[in-house]
Amino acid sequence: MTATTTDEGFVVFDHVQKSYDGETLVVKDLNLSIAKGEFLTMLGPSGSGKTTCLMMLAGFETATNGRILLDGTNINELPPHKRGIGMVFQNYALFPHMTVAENLSFPLEVRGMGKSEREAKVMRALDMVQMGKFAHRRPAQMSGGQQQRVALARALVFDPALVLMDEPLGALDKQLREHMQFEIKHLHDSLGLTVVYVTHDQGEALTMSDRVAVFNDGRIQQLAPPDELYERPKNSFVAQFIGENNKLPGIVEELDGEKCLVRLATGEIIDATPVNIRHKGQETLVSIRPERVEFKPEMMPPGAHMIDAEVLEVIYMGDIFRTRMKVAGSTDFVMKSRNTIGQTKLHPGQHVKIGWHPADARALDPM
Amino acid sequence: MTDATTDLATGPITTNDGRPLKEALAASLAVRRRRAFLLVAPLFLFILISFIIPIGQMLGKSIYNDGFSSHAPALAAWFDAHPAGSAIDESAYVALRDDLVAMKKDKTAGEAGTRINYDISGTRSLFTAAARGAEKMQPPYMDAFLKLDKKWGDPNVWRAMRSASSPFTMDFYLAANDLKRNEDGKIVSVGEGQAVYKKLMLRTLVLSLEITAICLLIGFPIAHLLATLPMRKAMLLMIFVLLPFWTSLLVRTTAWMVLLQQQGVLNDLMVWLGIIGDDGRVQMIYNQMGTIIAMTHILLPFTILPLYSVMKTIPPSYVRAARSLGATSWTAFRRVYVPQTLPGVGAGGLLVFILAMGYYITPALVGGADGQMISNLIAFHMQKSLNWSLAAALAAQLLAVVLIFFWIYDRLVGIDKMKLG
Repeated sequence: MTATTTDEGFVVFDHVQKSYDGETLVVKDLNLSIAKGEFLTMLGPSGSGKTTCLMMLAGFETATNGRILLDGTNINELPPHKRGIGMVFQNYALFPHMTVAENLSFPLEVRGMGKSEREAKVMRALDMVQMGKFAHRRPAQMSGGQQQRVALARALVFDPALVLMDEPLGALDKQLREHMQFEIKHLHDSLGLTVVYVTHDQGEALTMSDRVAVFNDGRIQQLAPPDELYERPKNSFVAQFIGENNKLPGIVEELDGEKCLVRLATGEIIDATPVNIRHKGQETLVSIRPERVEFKPEMMPPGAHMIDAEVLEVIYMGDIFRTRMKVAGSTDFVMKSRNTIGQTKLHPGQHVKIGWHPADARALDPM
Repeated sequence: MTDATTDLATGPITTNDGRPLKEALAASLAVRRRRAFLLVAPLFLFILISFIIPIGQMLGKSIYNDGFSSHAPALAAWFDAHPAGSAIDESAYVALRDDLVAMKKDKTAGEAGTRINYDISGTRSLFTAAARGAEKMQPPYMDAFLKLDKKWGDPNVWRAMRSASSPFTMDFYLAANDLKRNEDGKIVSVGEGQAVYKKLMLRTLVLSLEITAICLLIGFPIAHLLATLPMRKAMLLMIFVLLPFWTSLLVRTTAWMVLLQQQGVLNDLMVWLGIIGDDGRVQMIYNQMGTIIAMTHILLPFTILPLYSVMKTIPPSYVRAARSLGATSWTAFRRVYVPQTLPGVGAGGLLVFILAMGYYITPALVGGADGQMISNLIAFHMQKSLNWSLAAALAAQLLAVVLIFFWIYDRLVGIDKMKLG
């Protein structure tokens, strides 16, 4: 499942560009190949071009340049209703004047399917999302979560090979959202669907996807499985956007293949792994995950550099302690430590030495 | 709100100090309710004085007319004593003479005559002439009256007087439906040549339905454009839609006269383009076509605005969802978009239909002979023939027709589904 820009994927974006006004590009040279059966998430802040990409794939927007291939055929000129792509919308878009069963029957009717076959398929799809007894309700008589299930069933009832989801869980509360994430993932696995999922919620992206494409400024910043995205972000934007992150600006002091030393603004030297550093003396932004920061020397690899930190605030969060510190002049450095038996308790005002494994500190472009 | 003293509440729930909860609630809300009522009181009074009372009085005239009965008490007494069908004998003429003498003194013979004149035309002068000579008449009065004018022996005149001797009558409703009472008091239709009202009511209905249909056909795409265009362009278009509202009705109607008449701009243009010859100029105004064109133009905003406000609330994702589910754009429009605009279609259509039913100025100016509507006839009876009772009967019938359509709409669509803005 690696990103190759050949015609081999089930869905292929081949040098796709999109502009609405002829002056600025909303999508700049998008190349993306999605394998059959893959769950790919397009993640990014609003205005990053992710929804535009989804709309182009669905056929509601046309690519200004480049090709979009579905199962090997160019679908640039194909109208939406001939693409056979199921779609789940953010506001569900259930037809308010039809009952649940009529909503599900609609895609089958327009395909000219017989009545008995339709009814069987509708019931099967509704049972799949445990909504069988709501068949004769109208959308307005159901809760948001129930409407979302029906919308899901409607997008699947005509057995599309590809399903697009545009922030489908955005309007649900947290608990329901997590439950629906699980159910969507379960449907994906059991039906062997190919899913392209758009969200701005990074937690959702990490828990559900096979691969995540992080969008910003009309480009894919990184395309990787969730763990790689979290642990090995390729640039500062991805590091910032995915999860919580500490950033320390500095100058590359020494560069030696897999390792480098970075001198911070206040003069301290820290270890880091060079990611997109080209030469010595370059400015960089070192990114460290809060849970990878250690303050006990015995936990650190031998020879690792340690720097001074002043504890500013300790927040008890149940499973972890969240400690805000002053490090190298910046006051928003965060360390997370597990709440285990015998964990050392820190207090505001206390001075400690902190450090990390060089592999966890990634020297990135300064943005 | 003061006494919470002795009477312990009998109800199940009381406040801490023992008052029934409902009473306490009512008391606590009383000030707010009183203030709310005072706020709407001026409007309520205004509507009562300027709308409900005059309309009620006007409609009352359609069944109540004392123009004759109040000035002919002796005749009324005679009619009471002698049921319909009894011979008109000397005693009746005595009563007639007594009343005419009184009318002469009070100068009310014209008024009484006018009332009878509604039923039998040409009888007003009968009364004024007879009143002048009534005092000098010598018995037997029957002969005296017949000598004065043969019409005094006409059973129709006597039947009309009998019917008018009671102020309450359904005669005006009969007239409004091209019906009348014959000599025996049976209800029969008036002659072929005199029947106008039913035909006109039907024409009003057909014209209104036509205008409503045209307005909806033209208004639907415009409203859709308004709802989907970007804000700036939509506002510009909206100004064009509202422009007619800011121009005087009279100015707009005269503009149509300039455009549509036989020597008008449109005909000139068509002759110049060679579409029609100079002798083949089309009559587009002073007929039904003129009424339809001008009224459609005037009423169009009333369809567009409710449609627009409904369409504005339909998110584009519905049609997109339909398209993604495999529907062609036509199917998506027909099965998903149009059903959701129905509240607007209903509101706009009903509004235009009701307004069109009662429209008066435009048909009067551009309608010619066959473009007249029932309201023009109501105005005629109000202003020219001064038969207010007939005007009121026609107006009441018009109101009833509108209410019937309103009721049908409510049964078919449901009035709660209507959305005006």
